[in-house]
Amino acid sequence: MTDLNSLKYTEDHEWVALDGGVATVGITDYAADKLGDVVYVDLPAVGTVVTAGDVCGEIESTKSVGELYAPVSGEVVEINDDVVADPSLVNADAFAGWLVKVRVDGALEGLLDRAAYVALTGGEA
Amino acid sequence: MTDPAAPRESAQTPLADRHRALGASFTDFGGWSMPVRYTSDLAEHHAVRRAAGLFDISHMAEIVVEGADGGAFLDYALAGRLSTLPVWKAKYSLLLAESGGIIDDLIVYRLADERFFVVANAGNRAAVVEALLERAAGFDVSVSDETEAYALIAVQGPIAREVLAATPGVSRPGRALDEIPYYAATDAEFDGAPLLIARTGYTGEDGFELYIEPGRAGALWDALLAAGEPLGLVPAGLAARDTLRLEAGMPLYGHELSLDIVPVQAGLGRVVALDKDDFVGKHGLQSVVAAEAPVLVGLIAEGRRAGRAGYAVLDDGGTPVGEVTSGALSPTLGHPIALAYVSPSHSAVGTELAIDVRGTAIPATVTELPFYRRTK
Repeated sequence: MTDLNSLKYTEDHEWVALDGGVATVGITDYAADKLGDVVYVDLPAVGTVVTAGDVCGEIESTKSVGELYAPVSGEVVEINDDVVADPSLVNADAFAGWLVKVRVDGALEGLLDRAAYVALTGGEA
Repeated sequence: MTDPAAPRESAQTPLADRHRALGASFTDFGGWSMPVRYTSDLAEHHAVRRAAGLFDISHMAEIVVEGADGGAFLDYALAGRLSTLPVWKAKYSLLLAESGGIIDDLIVYRLADERFFVVANAGNRAAVVEALLERAAGFDVSVSDETEAYALIAVQGPIAREVLAATPGVSRPGRALDEIPYYAATDAEFDGAPLLIARTGYTGEDGFELYIEPGRAGALWDALLAAGEPLGLVPAGLAARDTLRLEAGMPLYGHELSLDIVPVQAGLGRVVALDKDDFVGKHGLQSVVAAEAPVLVGLIAEGRRAGRAGYAVLDDGGTPVGEVTSGALSPTLGHPIALAYVSPSHSAVGTELAIDVRGTAIPATVTELPFYRRTK
């Protein structure tokens, strides 16, 4: 099981796990539940440079389309091909179904700890 | 601080406690708090196609029309011919404005010679009741909004009949379940309470819609679920209901139908009995110049990216020729499907078009409706 307290979060419902200089990014289970069954993910290509706060991908469910915001700035070094092939992995375990890994360039800003994120969702997360 | 713009509290159906106990997510729909899903939209969708789903659709509005002029009144008030509808039969109909635009789509059941049961969309309840009351002037008829007197539970799917037959407490049907044709109904009882069993639905599958007094709805829901779960019945929410009806090519008011759309545009010309002497909307329909009005088509695409309501439909040169009204990645078919209004010159089956999916033109082909048709 993922230790949710070890992760950082964004107001756009991404989670971030930092390991050395690389951030692994996914969407939270709260966001996955709100979206419903994820049927398509559009992720940035490896090598793309993303900017914190900008849209870098899309997550479509049967009901709606959600945007993936880059929680950090840097270069995409890996994407989760398993999730691209089977987007339902995001619903099965949103914290295991990571989306992209980004080599962080610069300082981390505006990320929330677990308590702040849970508060943001009104305690539902 | 209280937000002055906060919407009025949504109405709860008599089954709200069941949905909460089942862990449902809720959404507001037509002024009601409705279960959008219990577990997974896709699992619920597939269950309805392969076995059966149990839906709470108590938000629907029930209006009783009663009196010696009931048939004549509905012939005047609605687009179809209801006066010749046999007792215990149902008919899909439209309530039109004077302009010919659609106020609502509804199902009319004839429960007796002089008693009709009109089922309207939750969001249009007030408009439908108001129009019917206004149109009743001069007819020997009463129109009463009895929405609060009914809960409505739908059992939909290939094993729906088996589920209902296995449910204890459902008794004394006016005729056997096997002998109720599609778009027909019968009276029955559930543990002594009146139960109206209709073989109708909004999923493209066989199924039943069960009208029961609110105080007995919980017990009926529990009995259906207990009897049906071993057979494959699962509770299903509005998300699955929407993808099911879309695959079946059924219009949803507010998406495919509106005051700005006349029936022929929506492919519903057959619902209008233009040969009736007079009915509200007849004048309007006769003055509509239909030649250039957009028409409803089905679009299919490859891949997994679905066109959504509001997305532009483009011709092969990239010029907008229409707009998507509903779209999803079809759970049953595995590819994107959409309903869209397009110009008549681009509406022929086989026409190659594209949907502007957030800046990317996704090729799409006009196809026959429905997208999905059950085999039996």
